[in-house]
Amino acid sequence: MVELIYLARLRDRFGLPGESVALPGDVADVGALLAWLRSRGGAWSSELAPGRAVRVAVNKDVARADTPVRTGDEVALFPPVTGG
Amino acid sequence: MVVRVQTEDFDVAREIALLRGSDARVGAVASFIGIVRDQNDAATVRTLTLEHYPGMTEKALVGIVDEARRRWSIIDAAVIHRVGKLAPTDQIVLVAVSSAHRGDAFAACEFIIDFLKTQAPFWKKEVTPDGERWVEARTSDDEAAARW
Repeated sequence: MVELIYLARLRDRFGLPGESVALPGDVADVGALLAWLRSRGGAWSSELAPGRAVRVAVNKDVARADTPVRTGDEVALFPPVTGG
Repeated sequence: MVVRVQTEDFDVAREIALLRGSDARVGAVASFIGIVRDQNDAATVRTLTLEHYPGMTEKALVGIVDEARRRWSIIDAAVIHRVGKLAPTDQIVLVAVSSAHRGDAFAACEFIIDFLKTQAPFWKKEVTPDGERWVEARTSDDEAAARW
């Protein structure tokens, strides 16, 4: 299982703070994970559409599309940050 | 190094005194204090709620201070960021840096706040007379961080 965490606007749009998911065998990196979530449709496809600014962290480190995602990882999805 | 995320307010004088301690090498302290404004993007801000990603936030802030240490000759640094519900005039963030000479303290302080604004996982939600809205990231903040 992979722990998905949704933060800030994404949590509001998806209507949940996170979930545990079993990833299909062909989902091995961040890019594939986003494509898989997008295929759910609705807010998933609009919020995660290519071109939308979505940031991803794997195990609390900033990740890129080619960052691997493995069983046991914590993957957070969030909009660009606005602190300070 | 002090890196703290907290709901309660902070006392700038106290934090700077702690940062300096009794270290006689310190010849300069530069600080930045971020404060909640009552106007943002042409709307009146009534309250602001700040959330963060516990665990990643602290890690990101420590990483930013470490990078500042690599780039400038600084003695110590403190970063304190508030979360939860805030109102106009409330303090949000303190960055304070000590060094032997002012140039390093000024530069490192500005670097830390510029990177905090673009890399540390905090998000602001505003309550305006028209309702709630998530604050959008600013291109000017990315540009400020890219200067370094």
